[in-house]
Amino acid sequence: MEISITVNGRSEALDVPDNALLADVLRERLGLTGTHVGCDTSQCGACVVHMDGAAVKSCTVLAGQANGAEVTTIEGIGNPDNLHPMQAAFRENHALQCGFCTPGMIMSAIDLVQKADGQLDEGDVRDGLEGNLCRCTGYHNIVKAVLAAQDDMKSA
Amino acid sequence: MANETGIGAAVKRKEDARFITGTGRYTDDIGAHGQTYAVFARSPHARAKLNGLDASAALATEGVVAVFTGADLQADGIGDLPCGWTVHSKDGEPMVVPAHPPIAVDKVNYVGEPYAVVIGESLEAAKNGAEALEADFEELPAVVDLASAASADQIHENVPNNQTYDWELGDKAATDAAFAQAHHVSSLEIVNNRLIPNAIEPRAALGEYDAASGLYTLHTTSQNPHLERLVLAAFVQIAPEARLRVISPDVGGGFGSKIFVYAEETAVIWAAGKLRRPVKWRAERSESFLADAHGRDHVTKAELALAEDGTFLGLRVKTLANMGAYLSTFASSVPTYLYGTLMAGQYKTPAIYVEVQSLFTNTAPVDAYRGAGRPEATYVVERIVETAAREMGIDAAELRRRNFIAPSDFPYETPVALTYDTGDYEASLAKALEHADYAGFGARKAASEAAGKKRGIGFSCYIEACGLAPSQVAISLGAGVGLFEVGEVRVDVTGSVTVVTGSHSHGQSHETTFAQIISEKLGVPFENVTVLHGDTGRSDYALGTYGSRSLAVGGSALIKAIDKIIAKGKKIAAHMLEAQEEQVDFADGTFTVADSNQSLTFPEVAFAAYVPANYPLEELEPGLSEKAFYDPPNFTYPAGAHICEVEIDPATGVVDITSFVAVDDFGHIVNPMIVEGQVHGGLAQGIGQALLEHGVYDETGQLVSGSYMDYTMPRADDLPSFTVDTTVTPCTHNPLGVKGCGEAGAIGSTAAVMNAVTNALGVASVPMPATPETVWRAAQA
Amino acid sequence: MYQFNYHRPASLDEAASLMAGADDGTYLSGGMTLIPTLKQRLAAPSDVIDLGGIGALSGITDNGNTISVGAMTRHAEVAASNAIPALADLAGQIGDAHVRNRGTIGGSIANSDPAADYPAAVVALDSTIHTTERSIAGGDFFQGLFETALDEGEIITSVEFTKPTSAAYAKFPNPASRYAVVGVFVARCGDATCVGVTGAGPCAFRWSELEAELAKSFSASAVANAALDHSEFNADIHASAEFRGNLVRVMAERAVASLT
Repeated sequence: MEISITVNGRSEALDVPDNALLADVLRERLGLTGTHVGCDTSQCGACVVHMDGAAVKSCTVLAGQANGAEVTTIEGIGNPDNLHPMQAAFRENHALQCGFCTPGMIMSAIDLVQKADGQLDEGDVRDGLEGNLCRCTGYHNIVKAVLAAQDDMKSA
Repeated sequence: MANETGIGAAVKRKEDARFITGTGRYTDDIGAHGQTYAVFARSPHARAKLNGLDASAALATEGVVAVFTGADLQADGIGDLPCGWTVHSKDGEPMVVPAHPPIAVDKVNYVGEPYAVVIGESLEAAKNGAEALEADFEELPAVVDLASAASADQIHENVPNNQTYDWELGDKAATDAAFAQAHHVSSLEIVNNRLIPNAIEPRAALGEYDAASGLYTLHTTSQNPHLERLVLAAFVQIAPEARLRVISPDVGGGFGSKIFVYAEETAVIWAAGKLRRPVKWRAERSESFLADAHGRDHVTKAELALAEDGTFLGLRVKTLANMGAYLSTFASSVPTYLYGTLMAGQYKTPAIYVEVQSLFTNTAPVDAYRGAGRPEATYVVERIVETAAREMGIDAAELRRRNFIAPSDFPYETPVALTYDTGDYEASLAKALEHADYAGFGARKAASEAAGKKRGIGFSCYIEACGLAPSQVAISLGAGVGLFEVGEVRVDVTGSVTVVTGSHSHGQSHETTFAQIISEKLGVPFENVTVLHGDTGRSDYALGTYGSRSLAVGGSALIKAIDKIIAKGKKIAAHMLEAQEEQVDFADGTFTVADSNQSLTFPEVAFAAYVPANYPLEELEPGLSEKAFYDPPNFTYPAGAHICEVEIDPATGVVDITSFVAVDDFGHIVNPMIVEGQVHGGLAQGIGQALLEHGVYDETGQLVSGSYMDYTMPRADDLPSFTVDTTVTPCTHNPLGVKGCGEAGAIGSTAAVMNAVTNALGVASVPMPATPETVWRAAQA
Repeated sequence: MYQFNYHRPASLDEAASLMAGADDGTYLSGGMTLIPTLKQRLAAPSDVIDLGGIGALSGITDNGNTISVGAMTRHAEVAASNAIPALADLAGQIGDAHVRNRGTIGGSIANSDPAADYPAAVVALDSTIHTTERSIAGGDFFQGLFETALDEGEIITSVEFTKPTSAAYAKFPNPASRYAVVGVFVARCGDATCVGVTGAGPCAFRWSELEAELAKSFSASAVANAALDHSEFNADIHASAEFRGNLVRVMAERAVASLT
């Protein structure tokens, strides 16, 4: 089937199988391998992207459901010379080790901060990241990074 | 001025730039032109005869390229997956090893064991083909329960009583004598729960074969690509090492589970050669649960004999260790040389006797998982020490202090075969007690009780042995490989440096810490250092990363190579400056001549080495590139004190960790930011074992906790922020004075949590993991 | 996943006719259960009919005494609403943030997962399930494990909840999946109190014995007086039937306590 989606600001018209998943379209058709797949039960969150302004698990979205949507992936938020404040905070706070969960974690964290009513505290961040598994960091530095980034995101 | 990117600085990581921008390159991100896809048909039964396999429908499925069975691999001369450490039983006999074909041939022994691999033009075609296979299984009763496995049905024809070995360590007679004169004996029966590693990146492999050169290339998620290559070449017989290149690109966490050589990459690389087409495989998480090697899984009875003043007199430990269905790559060493040898802990217990019976069951193979044997040992020692303190009415911290090996006792030879080089256990405990505000615990407990909650505090003073060594000792004890490491320093023409290490980073940050060492020692700007790893085509044979060894062993190799660079640089500089070699000094990136103002920068010397215009070619080879192998003379012995405080809701059994303090002695530290991160991650895994994680099989051998819906992974909202601090006694026998930090968190924390939970509940023991229902039941009693 | 034909109809009529024309069709709402099921090849529908393109199914309307929640309204939207705070609180505890951004109320209740959160509110609040065919009282909707009163092809269009005087939801989440091991929704509607329980039985149910006790005395201590037979409760590696029985009581006590 034909779909058109806007990914990282670029519109793409693609012919994909009816049973294609958004995660596979991103990784295999568009070469955006920063979106990772770490489980098959929609739990780990390594595949989180933004779709029409909300963080979603792209392994649990059919390509057809994303037809017409605006999608932002980890590759679309910043680059080494111009990092998103959340990316910068992850680096600054050593909030990643193996890096595999990191793209999904960063995309979730950005959505969490953007949707927050007021200032997030540690508990809010821990609750807000319950849909993202990390096996390396024990979350300690991820929480620190998100708390630090929220100020930078507001001033950015 | 201190080097801001040198040893001891909290330098931000080189690795991060690619990982935070989504440009890391993991195995599943790599594709090959014309690649096919492998799907493994996995046994639905825990134990069955495979009487036949009809692949005709599978082969007729659209898009299916091939179906390979265990018999196909055997017919092609593909060997078994070996176990690399031969443990000997009490009677001197070597362990009994069952056949372990990569793909099952005529029987299956655990749910998830592969019995065929289907290769398709697409993943979907391969899956369709796998579903169309018709396997004729004859189910047999499964052996699942470890405690009764020795008297259950025999799983392997050549393994009576399902026992691979019955091992002992220590002096039985001396230990019995110690118990005979004990004032008090504490005893404890404990189960160390099975864990499923769950690196967030599932295992994956891409096999390629170049018919023109006969060269095989395997990209895979390995912690030690050289070991992978050695096993695939020498044991599995894919091809000689020289025609087999194994590349581990970015790897998304390992925790031990990616040390081992598994069926899947074996079949993938073999099939690539057979088909002369690239073959790709990536585990789905459900496959990771079934077929990654699991961890822990012990049943233990421990007894501690004490004198009236609380002095430890003797320790007796009897353990049943679950091997699962087959011996995984290093499975045999985990409950023996990485477990029994740690039973002295931080204490001067004079007599220790450990017995370990390792048994087969119809479950996934069990092997090293973060800590590997040492968390199990710590759990035994620290649970029984805490139990003894409570039974004898001695403060738990005080009882430990009375029995600590004192700084003046080092080097200290334990009754279980290790010689600790250095340590200051009291210093770590004192610092931890201060951080934990031990003095204020009573008031906090009273406040909790007033709110209807139960509060407890628990200690764990652990020791571990890292950087497994020396090779000759390990080999004499059964190791099948050497345990050295290689480091190579290639100084480039303009003075930048490329490091090639046999260690592998899958989160540990070698690209940063090894560059810091170069920056410190050679004065080369940090940004001008690149660290390469994870490719047998780049580095010499080496052992990779496991057992917290990278810095202690790989870093030491690097130092030796740096020393060679400096030595040669001095020769070159002496020639260029017309001085005696002994007069040349090197510091901060500059060669100077004593008592003169003559000097050369490191890049100037490097340039001269490659453009040898003014160079002693008759005495010295051109170039500035050195490598070194380092075989450690001893283990390193990181140690520390962990203190956990919990508050329990007795109505629901929910355990809330209100504070966790870890004070660790890792010797010198290259990058404190990275070390703290390693500790945090280890703590999460240790706490996960204590409260959340449990690999559960039902009585028929089906894995009940086979997905994230049922296997409780620690999430952000399950954990507190940690208080992490260090003390320093430098390792006495490696050039950096470092000990290793990767596993400490997982080794020390579990016992601290369980000691806190039992303390809160006022009970002797609670099964692990202390889940809400378990705790609720204990709270009712 | 097996192959299927994907459709995204723009109207309910189109959806119904696609379903009628399919060999073995299934509706897709948020997909939080269906897509993982498809990925694991546990279902093989011929046609997947995505209701996400039918704009009329989404949104929350305040009708004064009641609110109507469109079937395709995401959990996150309900969580951010304020007409029935306890319902918003419940929605905010479903799954994780990403699940709440995709999952829908219609999909959740049509699935009747015994561990889903919404069913506790549907049975406790005076609610009505509006479908393409009819209106079903909330109390009659859940009929068993993954079984509802819906007929083949029938589509939920909205769920209408009567605003309670006050209400609260207390949940004990499954530590692994974050579904409800037990969830208790307590709603006071004038003098009456309704108690909905999810997670414990094959589907959500009312705890009438507690409702009777709370009618006598609305206090947490009333929970101890209410009979509760846990012998047939669900059991798994996270909670035995007996422990679930305890959790139903404790969650009920906490929900009631938060209202007193």
